[in-house]
Amino acid sequence: MSKDNKVTPLVEIKDLSIAFGGIKAVDHASVDLYPGEVVAILGHNGAGKSTLIKILSGAYKRDSGTILVDGKEADINNPRDAKKYGIETIYQTLAVADNVDAAANLFLGREVLTNWGTLDDVAMEAQARKVMGRLNPNFQRFKEPVSKLSGGQRQSVAIARAILFNARILIMDEPTAALGPQETEQVGQLIHRLKEDGIGIFLISHDIHDVFDLADRVAVMKNGQMVGYARTKDVTKDEVLGMIILGKCPPAATPGPGASTDF
Amino acid sequence: MSDTTQTTGAAKVENEGAFTRFLRATEIDARLLGMIAALVVIWVGFHLYGKIANGYGAFLTARNLWNLSVQTASIGVMATGMVLIIVTRHIDLSVGSILGFCAMSMAIIQVWILPEFLGLGHPLIWPIAVLCGLLIGCLIGAFHGFLVAYLGIPAFIVTLGGLLVWRGAAFLLARGETISPVDATFAKLGGGPYGSIGSLGSWIVGAIACAALVWLLFNGRTQRRRFKFPLRPMWAEMFLGGTGSAIILGTVLLVNSYPWPIGIVRQYVAANNLQTPAEEIFKSHGFAIPVLILIAVGVAMTFLTTRTRFGRYVFAIGGNPEAAELAGINTRWVTVKIFAIMGTLAGLSAVISSARLNSATNNLGTLDELYVIAAAVIGGTSFAGGIGTIYGAILGALVMQSLQTGMVLIGFDAAIQQMVVGSVLVVAVWIDTIYRRRAK
Ligand SMILES: Nc1ncnc2c1ncn2[C@@H]1O[C@H](COP(=O)(O)OP(=O)(O)OP(=O)(O)O)[C@@H](O)[C@H]1O
Ligand SMILES: [Mg+2]
Repeated sequence: MSKDNKVTPLVEIKDLSIAFGGIKAVDHASVDLYPGEVVAILGHNGAGKSTLIKILSGAYKRDSGTILVDGKEADINNPRDAKKYGIETIYQTLAVADNVDAAANLFLGREVLTNWGTLDDVAMEAQARKVMGRLNPNFQRFKEPVSKLSGGQRQSVAIARAILFNARILIMDEPTAALGPQETEQVGQLIHRLKEDGIGIFLISHDIHDVFDLADRVAVMKNGQMVGYARTKDVTKDEVLGMIILGKCPPAATPGPGASTDF
Repeated sequence: MSDTTQTTGAAKVENEGAFTRFLRATEIDARLLGMIAALVVIWVGFHLYGKIANGYGAFLTARNLWNLSVQTASIGVMATGMVLIIVTRHIDLSVGSILGFCAMSMAIIQVWILPEFLGLGHPLIWPIAVLCGLLIGCLIGAFHGFLVAYLGIPAFIVTLGGLLVWRGAAFLLARGETISPVDATFAKLGGGPYGSIGSLGSWIVGAIACAALVWLLFNGRTQRRRFKFPLRPMWAEMFLGGTGSAIILGTVLLVNSYPWPIGIVRQYVAANNLQTPAEEIFKSHGFAIPVLILIAVGVAMTFLTTRTRFGRYVFAIGGNPEAAELAGINTRWVTVKIFAIMGTLAGLSAVISSARLNSATNNLGTLDELYVIAAAVIGGTSFAGGIGTIYGAILGALVMQSLQTGMVLIGFDAAIQQMVVGSVLVVAVWIDTIYRRRAK
């Protein structure tokens, strides 16, 4: 399932499982990611996509399985640990702090300080304007609480927040769900740029066209299990839809433990 | 003044009343105004009531207002800490008991223990006692914070338990005895003629405060220009600076117009071998030391909440705890720190209260938690989390203490006072709920 065996994967998730009560949200799932690669994680609602990447980002603690970063076992128990490995996440739920402003949100947890140890609002504001300018040039409301922003603006803040800190591994859980066509286009370009910089991206999306435009590979989940993996070059959209809906692996794909065998 | 073209937009909205326009331009929020109005009503109301019912209005006198300022100090100090607690969606019901326990510990340290080693009246006794008190408060608070953050016990339960535990512990410390008198220097921290800074000192404090106000306004304007933020019109800045300075200087005049009692002046004359008869000497109290402590705490806590990383985390956690955790904030550790600060401030209030009484009694600080919580809520701290200001809480403390003082002056008994305080707390939260709903 790797594209080049000589390069160490940026991330390797092996046999990850987590259950909530009786529900096996993620069931022995494995997936890997190489530098400069976009891997789309697909699946029906409730397939376990968000849960899988939340384990990687430290939001949930796994029940079993291992995570390797740069080939070495990574000890990720909370979001701070994940950030230490250069893993940044844009959550589906847009985890933004509602009552502080956009600039404060971008730097939350990693504030720029003056020599006196106080918050350097000037520096943070300037940098925030730069990053947001690339992403959403219309955005001007830097000093208002994020709760006063529109859904798309909040999403822009969440994306800017994740790319501000030179992530090596970027997780995007439906990053364009609330965005307008122009902003979606900006995010697409952004993903291309980040790829060129050698950043690895896990992209979760329900938009199969977006996925084929942006992703190098797809990994399809069903009921917490991996149905299979395929390069977007090798399969058609209909075949991928078949994987998502029926769990049926086309010949060009590598089947996983969740692949349906009834066919 | 070319920059006044970019004003706060008074011109944009037509047909608004002069008053709304005034509020918009000065950016005084309605809530602050409401608090000031409440204060005026309480002050004038109690004064007039006294005048009518007893033939003497005792409230609006230098003596009473000076005492009011001292009594506000203890509640005000704790209210600033309660802001952090409530902003992060917790509650601390144990502050009164922590205060009692710290006061008792400090009294034992300075009356029973330290004189044994250092000798009575040693100059190191009071600082050691104060430090111990603050440290004990800090440790108790941190322990509560640990139970809340790491063991996941709701703060309501932890501090409800603490309310009983620390009151009981205070009783055990001295088997219910009242310890008195405290160290002479320590007693000054509670105010009184010797615990005040006098006329000249008060003028200096007033001058510094005015200078700070002007600097704040000026600095704020510079920052806004830098961030291309709408500026207040010049007249509004002038109004804020002018009114603020007038209030500060008026307060200085007020505290300076309250003289030492004649007995204390006689002592002073005798001690300094003065020739002038005591009757002809006018010694001003000036600001009491506890009031200066409150101001210092207010400034420090405002700085902490608005200018530091910790303060930003507190508000981020209050607004959305999950997002704060996902952003990589160690929310548990921040919670421990918040409770530790609350405990330390309760220790500081214990210093003020026991110094003022010149003793530590077993019931010192009883029911303070209600005053403190009410002060924070009246001051605009929202139970929904994420919102609150330090200056609001201090003003809220002034409102609560004014109520209490007024009721004592006109002779309400303790039972009625309790009923009023309880009702005010509930009504304050209700008004807050309405206010927030409207603000949305
Ligand atoms: N915190 C939780 N507690 C209990 N169950 C959960 C929790 N989070 C997720 N689940 C369950 O785990 C399963 C997988 O959820 P997940 O959010 O990962 O789905 P998803 O693939 O991201 O779906 P969607 O496309 O709708 O975002 C679901 O059945 C869900 O109900
Ligand atoms: Mg999801």
